[in-house]
Amino acid sequence: MSQSLVTMSYIAASSLFILSLSGLSHQETARRGNYYGMAGMALAIFATVMSDAVTTYSILIVALLIGGLIGARAALKVEMTQMPELVAIMHSLVGMAAVLVGYANFFDHSSSLVGVEKTIHEIEIYIGILIGAITFSGSVIAFGKLCGRISGKPVLLPGRHWFNLSLLVAVIFLAYLFITAAESGAGEWPLALMTVVALIFGIHMVMAIGGADMPIVVSMLNSYSGWAAAATGFMLSNDLLIVTGALVGSSGAILSYIMCRAMNRNFISVISGGFGSAGGGKAAEVEGDVSEIQVNELVPMLRDAKNIMIIPGYGMAVAQAQHAVSDLSKQLIKQNKNIRFAIHPVAGRMPGHMNVLLAEAKVAYDIVYEMDEVNDDFPNIDVTIVIGANDIVNPSALEDPNSPIAGMPVLQCWQGHNTVVLKRSMATGYAGVSNPLFVHEHTRMLFGDANDSLQSVLKALQTQ
Amino acid sequence: MKIGIPKEVFDGEKRVATTPDEAKKLIDLGFDVCIETGAGSHADFTDEAYTAAGASIIATAKSLWFEADIIMKVRAPAAYPELTINELELIKPQQILICYIWPAQNKDLMQTLADRQTTVLAMDSIPRLSRAQKMDALSSMANISGYRAVIEAAQHFGRFFTGQITAAGKVPPAKVLVIGAGVAGLAAIGTAKSLGAIVRAFDTRPEVKEQIESMDAEFLMLDFAEEGSGTGGYAKTMSKEFIDAEMALFARQAMEVDIIITTALIPGKAAPELITAGMVESMKPGSVIVDLAAERGGNCALTQKDTVVTSSGVTIIGYTNLPSRLANQASQLYATNLRHLVTELCPEKDGKLFVNMDDEVIRGATVIQDGTITWPPPAPTLSVSKAPPQTEAPSVKVEAEAQTLTFIARFKQFLPLIIVALVLYGFGLVAPESFMSHFTVFVLACFVGYQVIWNVSASLHTPLMSVTNAISGIIVIGALVQISSSNILITVLSTLAILIAAINIAGGFLVTRRMLEMFRK
Repeated sequence: MSQSLVTMSYIAASSLFILSLSGLSHQETARRGNYYGMAGMALAIFATVMSDAVTTYSILIVALLIGGLIGARAALKVEMTQMPELVAIMHSLVGMAAVLVGYANFFDHSSSLVGVEKTIHEIEIYIGILIGAITFSGSVIAFGKLCGRISGKPVLLPGRHWFNLSLLVAVIFLAYLFITAAESGAGEWPLALMTVVALIFGIHMVMAIGGADMPIVVSMLNSYSGWAAAATGFMLSNDLLIVTGALVGSSGAILSYIMCRAMNRNFISVISGGFGSAGGGKAAEVEGDVSEIQVNELVPMLRDAKNIMIIPGYGMAVAQAQHAVSDLSKQLIKQNKNIRFAIHPVAGRMPGHMNVLLAEAKVAYDIVYEMDEVNDDFPNIDVTIVIGANDIVNPSALEDPNSPIAGMPVLQCWQGHNTVVLKRSMATGYAGVSNPLFVHEHTRMLFGDANDSLQSVLKALQTQ
Repeated sequence: MKIGIPKEVFDGEKRVATTPDEAKKLIDLGFDVCIETGAGSHADFTDEAYTAAGASIIATAKSLWFEADIIMKVRAPAAYPELTINELELIKPQQILICYIWPAQNKDLMQTLADRQTTVLAMDSIPRLSRAQKMDALSSMANISGYRAVIEAAQHFGRFFTGQITAAGKVPPAKVLVIGAGVAGLAAIGTAKSLGAIVRAFDTRPEVKEQIESMDAEFLMLDFAEEGSGTGGYAKTMSKEFIDAEMALFARQAMEVDIIITTALIPGKAAPELITAGMVESMKPGSVIVDLAAERGGNCALTQKDTVVTSSGVTIIGYTNLPSRLANQASQLYATNLRHLVTELCPEKDGKLFVNMDDEVIRGATVIQDGTITWPPPAPTLSVSKAPPQTEAPSVKVEAEAQTLTFIARFKQFLPLIIVALVLYGFGLVAPESFMSHFTVFVLACFVGYQVIWNVSASLHTPLMSVTNAISGIIVIGALVQISSSNILITVLSTLAILIAAINIAGGFLVTRRMLEMFRK
């Protein structure tokens, strides 16, 4: 295949990728968008394999097949509650691939670049490996945190900002060493050292971030994996990689921005780690009595209600209660209740986590609403059921300027007539902030496993 | 220990200090409960019901007071010469008395009780803490008063509350003004609202605006800034200018509304006079005023305690025993408050009272301990949120500062852009042509990505991430072009990269497909 044909195929693939992402703007076109993406990828791989640069096919096809099989198996087996883990580990793979490609390119001395072009090429290699390594180690830690193998609590080293700064200085210094050494064809050592520093930086960065900030971290790593691909594109002078990397990078950046806004957090403060470590006065203590409710009291409450809102949180994913929630909502719809779901942007551990879980449990997506769509409706809601959510329904975000989550937009369920909170215990959320909602006069607490509680509510609703 | 419930002898008092249900719960706590015969008859609780709950019935007040260790009642003990009953003389030393006392107003009573070596817990002195809400009899009684005030008004009001359009013509809704939005005021608002009236409310404390509006009533604003919140969530006396503005508001409202319910009280002071004789005269004939502050002199100039008077066609109701007019309900709530207090006093559930003076609630309620007057208690720490103190209006200097601030803020806003521009130009000085063309593509692609991603619906963020995951597997291209190298190291590295990227591509697209299949209407 001639070079022009390959380039043409790349242009087509880039367009298909753009179409793929824009397809995701609506539920109706989302599936088509995914197929565009597949087509673009197939076209890009086919054109590259057919190009003059590739002459050995057997090893390539074997590698593609093995990787593809592993990926397919993972995709088909993964539980929907584990999506954040899957996404995180896939980010780390992109990072790893970027590092490998970077090293391969470094060892390839066949290029005929000289002077400034050669220096730029070396900087490109350096940056590509740097971003790839940070993405890799950061994502591995994020994966560990998400699946609970590493504690979700932020690990804050003393003087961590200085530590980060010294790592940055080391990276710049090593870059200088690398470039001067690479003039004469060497430079393996600075490159390897930088890789280690970058790996440490990635680990340290994600370790310092708390569980509640996970949605931001996951989307940030998504962004990094894109930039890693773009850097590789520069290194190889390949526009397809640049375009795709830029698309993915900006996608992740926008997602991080949306998540930050949803938590009223500054992106820099999230990245520099620690939650609620900022100064300010002491947050107001929460005092008051928790009033409990039993399943047999909740059932008549639901029967009398007309407008019901369900707010799912990470606890729903933990209790695997999405199917029970779905069955309950169907039963209530059958009884002519107006039932809706309200999703906070940062509910769960990654953007859109709750939507996927509810979709898995076959909740129709047109009764699932975003926070801004329903927040003004709460005064008309008779019963709000909060399932395993805490910080996203915390009134002190709006009422207490000293609260660590002050200013974060929250679902204002306390404005409704009744709120029932399903919770395992009175523990605080990830932010470690106590929640005045739980002692609010219109709030009742239903303690216990959300799945069991909802099952018994459903049973009671069906029998009577 | 034995709890005794005497019959209330105060004229018009129909409540009783416990109900059969609550008596049973007290017995479950380990107490013996004895009831004077007929104690609950006015509140529709028969002696048989009490017996069935496990309480014993005692024929005379004298023997009841003599036998009981703890006396629980509603009204403070008093002498009733015409009935030849003197409760004060019936009290034994070391007896525990739980009832209303109003220690600030009844100094003589306090002294008498102290002289008799008693321990007295006053239901009116329970601190207003969130934890103590379940024992707060003032609130539960105020709630009843507010409800009953509207019912009494309806009784004397000659029209519907709700507006209707009928075949016989149009009926306008009644307009109700509630002054003072404490517990009673809010209960009155809720009751009047549920009868269909148009309800307006006024309070000197701005923080109750939200509560009033949450009940769908209109909050009347004064064009006057003064904070009316005293300690403990009660109101305080306002400045003269404020009162003038307030009176002008009431005068305007009086001409317009049909029913006025006043609940304005300031702790330890006579009730403020808010509705003058002139305002009453200006009201429409047939209007009704219910004065819930009648006990303390009334908010209306023409109020007469405990009676209903009519002046220029306006009915003015000055009942002070509104809870008694709903005796069954009031007894139930009061008895529950009492039982909660006893539960706090008896943490072991062994039928023994322990007056724990370290407990803030019990400390507040205990006005006499073993003959020593312990009232008033040390100031409690209150949980009612207070607005921050208002600062002076900003002066010119502050404004100037603000201006420089906005300039700095603006500069800060543009600083990153300036830095980026400088870096790019610096780069442009040295970078070769071939790099710049790639860079152009990169920047344009960033903008395309920016535009496209903003349109992605929030519910599809997870599929978006997995599909971008798959797409970033495009890095496979980088490995593909290098795999055919003659250098074995490069081939190995590339093979690994291809394998890893392939996992991403297949995994990403397939899991996205799986997820999107689930999103169904």
